[in-house]
Amino acid sequence: MSADVQDNIAERIDALYRSDSRRIFATLIRLLGDFDIAEEALHDAFRSALEQWPRDGVPANPRAWLVSTGRFKAIDGIRRRARFRPIDDVADAVEAIVDESVRFADDESIEDDRLRLVFTCCHPALSPDAQVALTLREVCGLTTEAIAQAFLTPAPTLAQRIVRAKAKIRDARIPYVVPDAHELPARLDSVLRVVYLVFNEGYSASSGDALTRVDLSAEAIRLGRLIVDMLPDAEAIGLLALMLLHESRRAARSSAEGEIVLLEAQDRAQWNAALIREGNELLSRALASRRFGAYTLQAAIAAAHANAPASEHTNWAQIVALYDVLLRIEPSPIVALNRAVAVAMRDGPQAGLAEIDAIEGRGELAGYHLLHAARADLCRRAGDAHAAKQAYERALALAKQQPERRFLMRRLAELTPKGGPDAAFRHDRRSSSAATPKSRV
Amino acid sequence: MQYLLLCCFEEARWEALSATERDRVMHDYSALIESLGKSGHYVGGAKLASTRAATTLRERAGTPVVTDGPYAETKEQLGGYHLIECRDLDEALAIAQRIPTLPVGGTVEVRPIEYRA
Repeated sequence: MSADVQDNIAERIDALYRSDSRRIFATLIRLLGDFDIAEEALHDAFRSALEQWPRDGVPANPRAWLVSTGRFKAIDGIRRRARFRPIDDVADAVEAIVDESVRFADDESIEDDRLRLVFTCCHPALSPDAQVALTLREVCGLTTEAIAQAFLTPAPTLAQRIVRAKAKIRDARIPYVVPDAHELPARLDSVLRVVYLVFNEGYSASSGDALTRVDLSAEAIRLGRLIVDMLPDAEAIGLLALMLLHESRRAARSSAEGEIVLLEAQDRAQWNAALIREGNELLSRALASRRFGAYTLQAAIAAAHANAPASEHTNWAQIVALYDVLLRIEPSPIVALNRAVAVAMRDGPQAGLAEIDAIEGRGELAGYHLLHAARADLCRRAGDAHAAKQAYERALALAKQQPERRFLMRRLAELTPKGGPDAAFRHDRRSSSAATPKSRV
Repeated sequence: MQYLLLCCFEEARWEALSATERDRVMHDYSALIESLGKSGHYVGGAKLASTRAATTLRERAGTPVVTDGPYAETKEQLGGYHLIECRDLDEALAIAQRIPTLPVGGTVEVRPIEYRA
């Protein structure tokens, strides 16, 4: 065979590795019952392909070939190690693998296996951190180093987290199955939570230099699509809609210099119309099911923004109404804060400030920078520069992400006319005295 | 695969329950054990006496030291255990969810058995 053809085959194998290795891995886990043996079998199978395909040609179904080759290599390996282990153990291990029912490499069962892998990695018996790390490593195939970097965790810590999680799956025998119908809703919640967490970490990283991390969001959307394809549950569809509608604004959310651009100031021509269209379609599907929940409602709120031709055409009354429903099914202070901002847009800054006071009055979110940033913005809109300055300073003291910090500093500087902070304070006092009935006359 | 279900409960809270409530919980336990016996899951179990009856042994400098009370002062105390035979963790969790002290504030720890003596 010519060198050209050989190069071509090597390229095909490389492409197949990138597109399908995690699928093949998922099936191998089911067939072999162990993450580490499956990982080794996967690499043995691709190594064999590199040796054999240039000589014998590419098989008709490359994926099935890789699965069965990986499986035989693993059985071989277990038999080879047999010399060092009690004979019964080996017989059991080999029997367990060989006896597996025939269906092991057709396309449908391969997709089922990916979903099984998602449910195992997101099992509630694993810690939330481990669920995220394991899903990114085993389902998405990200390297330990890439995941560590994305979550600003030292690589050895993350590697250990993954090793421990895999040991727990083995030792506690966490099954490799899609849960039964009666367990499914609770277990799907856990999966969707991991997907949304990954998306959010990619969409607005909680700390660090960059505003967004594209890779994580793309992985989360890919996971969301897999789940919707396999399990078209209303909330899974709602979550995918939510992610796509957020994703549609990515290009407009930061300036060329990496600075934050708020929703109201974004260039809507930069929003991705195809993602908005797909998000809207998915949202209608989820709403039509009438069994939707918090993700679908958040998607509906995102859609209200996405479908407004200009910021001033935003239907704030509808958004407040959606937040009211969301708050009923998910009573969280973060939802209450977002609702407060929407109330301010509908009824004016004072109404929003009253809502924020109520949240703080319940002793919630005092350490959350966005509460103080929201308060600052509403004070600024209400013309109370002094209170705005104090709130921006509190927000700044709590914010960790660099673009957010720079945004808050810019806003703070805008409150401060030439002459330094003192002048701003005087200016502020003057403006508040100007608001007294006497001077208004 | 075997799992040990460790049933923990705040003793003070247990004692604060009315006699009728405690009887009902114990009756529910009997019913659960009977049903798990019929389904082939039950291996064995016991209800423990209060930690007030516990004695702890340690060794200091080669000498055994006996002290009054449980090995650790915790808010909840181990009150009983059940050894069950299950296919996998999901089956064990489904059984653990039926432990009658859960609705009255108890906790169940599910531990896989590594090997039995």
